[in-house]
Amino acid sequence: MPRIESPADLETLRKDILSKRDAEKRCITLCSGTACHATGSKEVAAAIERETETQGFTGKVDFRRTGCHGFCEKGPIIVIHPEEICYLQVTPEDVPEIISQTFGEKKAVDRLLYVDANTGEQVTREPDIPFYKNQERLVFGPNKLINPTSVEDYLAIGGYRALSKALFEMTPEQVIEEVQQAKLRGRGGAGFPAGKKWELARRAPGDIKYVVVNCDEGDPGAYMDRSLMEGNPFGVLEGLLIGAYAIGSHEGYFYVRQEYPLALENLGVAIEHAKEHGLLGKDILGSGFDFDFDVKVHRGAGAFVCGEETALLMSLEGKAGEPRPRPPYPAVRGLWDRPTNINNVETWANVPLIINGGAEAFAAIGTEESKGTKIFSLVGKINNTGLVEVPMGITLRDIIYKIGGGIPGGKKFKAVQTGGPSGGCIPEELLDSEVGFDELTRAGSMMGSGGMIVMDEDTCMVDVARYFIDFLTDESCGKCLPCREGLRQMHKILNRITKGQGEEGDLELLEELSETAVEASLCALGKTAPNPFRSTLRYFRDEYEAHIHEKMCPALSCKDLISYYIDPAKCQACMLCLKKCPADAIDGAKKTIHIIDQEKCTNCGNCFEVCPSRFGAVKKISGEAVPAPVPQKERAISKASKSK
Amino acid sequence: MSGISLQIDGQEVGARAGMTVLEAAQSVGIMIPTLCHHEKLEPFGCCRLCIVEVGEGDSTKLVVSCVHPVEKGLVIRTRSEKVDRIRKTLLELLLAHAPDSPALQELAEQYGADRNRFEKDTSFCIHCGLCVRYCTEVAKKNAVGFVERGTKKEISFIPSIASKECHSCKECFPLCPTAYLQAAFVLTEALAFPAPSSSAAPGGNGGA
Repeated sequence: MPRIESPADLETLRKDILSKRDAEKRCITLCSGTACHATGSKEVAAAIERETETQGFTGKVDFRRTGCHGFCEKGPIIVIHPEEICYLQVTPEDVPEIISQTFGEKKAVDRLLYVDANTGEQVTREPDIPFYKNQERLVFGPNKLINPTSVEDYLAIGGYRALSKALFEMTPEQVIEEVQQAKLRGRGGAGFPAGKKWELARRAPGDIKYVVVNCDEGDPGAYMDRSLMEGNPFGVLEGLLIGAYAIGSHEGYFYVRQEYPLALENLGVAIEHAKEHGLLGKDILGSGFDFDFDVKVHRGAGAFVCGEETALLMSLEGKAGEPRPRPPYPAVRGLWDRPTNINNVETWANVPLIINGGAEAFAAIGTEESKGTKIFSLVGKINNTGLVEVPMGITLRDIIYKIGGGIPGGKKFKAVQTGGPSGGCIPEELLDSEVGFDELTRAGSMMGSGGMIVMDEDTCMVDVARYFIDFLTDESCGKCLPCREGLRQMHKILNRITKGQGEEGDLELLEELSETAVEASLCALGKTAPNPFRSTLRYFRDEYEAHIHEKMCPALSCKDLISYYIDPAKCQACMLCLKKCPADAIDGAKKTIHIIDQEKCTNCGNCFEVCPSRFGAVKKISGEAVPAPVPQKERAISKASKSK
Repeated sequence: MSGISLQIDGQEVGARAGMTVLEAAQSVGIMIPTLCHHEKLEPFGCCRLCIVEVGEGDSTKLVVSCVHPVEKGLVIRTRSEKVDRIRKTLLELLLAHAPDSPALQELAEQYGADRNRFEKDTSFCIHCGLCVRYCTEVAKKNAVGFVERGTKKEISFIPSIASKECHSCKECFPLCPTAYLQAAFVLTEALAFPAPSSSAAPGGNGGA
């Protein structure tokens, strides 16, 4: 493809690409995001290529490998356009039938369609699946439409139109004004108004300014930035270019985790394409010497704290990834002491939307203070695991039940943890809260970068706090005292509590350490780290008290506080548990009631898992003494008693 | 001298742009406790002991005075109930590592910190970074640095540089607030190069 010299050139090229595409022609799209890749998408792709050829559909059917579709639980996913027939959990063996039936006999392969777990209803079209139907996919939408290595695909859906508009129809000040009017807030965690940040960087004195994409997504279980970078790196790059123009920057950086090889690869391709076509480098789109821009990619080495903007900048400079004090803010003194604007991947990806559709349309979605949509990674004890993009202002209940399909196994919902490891746990009674930056903060949690972990009744909230504090202690950079030492002590105390060694005064001490970390830590990691403790204490104080005072875990989850016991009235002497016990702790024989030797038992739970549900003889107990074993002479099971 | 006026503990203070709150306070004789601060070194802000309360009424926040730049009209309290409470906890966290440090003991007495509040883990080093930063910024030898991260972080001499540079320098020794560095260095020296039995005390460094 030639170099694009002007906005007119861009539109001509776009028309040219579209004229060669037939919207009615059938196209197989296959999700090739990381999750589907792990479940065999590559093999499915090979099968599709082979079968379209052998069955004589070459040239009649297009095939496109796309980025992540979001419904990761059900991957690999195939969607056939224009009907949008959606096949889930496809294997290479399914492909011949998919091709012959869908294209030959013109009917869907029923067994690969979505079945609603609650109603049993079968759904053919992707937009009708509840998981998708209740989302609003503005930022994430292009992911399932384009091949992430094809700039033509991106141009076909209107790509780089926002850049062209910004460069030729708007002044930098107007671009900033538009982003401010849209009330776009940073999607990386703190929710700082992006337009304000841009303005600070634009106004900061200095000729050299930098723009940075923060793709150091480190929250456990979160992968929205990864999927955006893998699935549509063009959108992020376009947003960055627009931001650079607005701020007056000519050089930018992508800071991407080393652990995201596909994101790095696809980003590299997007940058190469952009350079070839005059969308990066000197004289972009023929805009003259007014705007030239170049980007570099930097791979992060894996420290969680490098997602914090000042630590990221230190790392970019080649120093240890430790935060530095603010002020001065990066907008004034950032990378190599130059004014620097750093935004998260999703924030940048929102920018083309705002420029294309206007601030008003963008701000029409959401709550008063939180506009647009937000992508969450919905994981944990939930039926539909995956990435979801929802309008701000949606309730947590709608996300969990309408999109997520509720809690599996008929279990009861207990809490949802939002905002990554330093977010808080929100209980059932607040499920009707609207999702927004300030709303979640008021509930004792935070938006963070968009992690959302659903927990059911079997989850111990004290253990949840211990787990996240453990993670954060491990990821503390160690520079400032309240985080390094405070979290270490908090972790020790929580560990004791979950082991049944909690003491009077522990909660007060934890609260004191929390205050110290929140008030006196250097960066957001330490300042937010006590959230998991504080929110669980606020909503589940009784669980803490049960652990400390009664040495009891109400969720029957803390290994050191539970015992397994076989109910002699229910045991049918089937010997399953006895065979599965790795510690030889179960005594029994045919027609002899089994007994667990508490001295030998390691609380692994195997017996509990294997005991047939129709017997339900193995019990998990906490906070009470294990009943004495039945006397030897009463252990025989007679036929009569068995039939009872 | 003047340029920016602010209020510290009820006193009007004139400061130059670019000064930190700590420097402004020190310029009029108001003492704020510090551990990681040194006038010859770039502010680091890691011990957090020099936190002060900024603002009035309900809208106050804590800032770290050794890194916080002066601003016109700032109202600062160097002692308050909250400041003292947090300094006390910080000291208690440090005392778990260096319970016998004279500098810490003196502060502990002032703030009522209990040296036995947390389980002892006597590693001596409190990660103030004075030795590391002095060696980098002033001595320009880079003989000592931080290794590892987070709770595993510790200081370490780089043998190839230390063997050439440290013996004649040792300027970082008196900076160490827990005297750990000196103890460690002398101990290592004593173990690595045991003195002949006829000579003076092991590890003696000639009255440095």
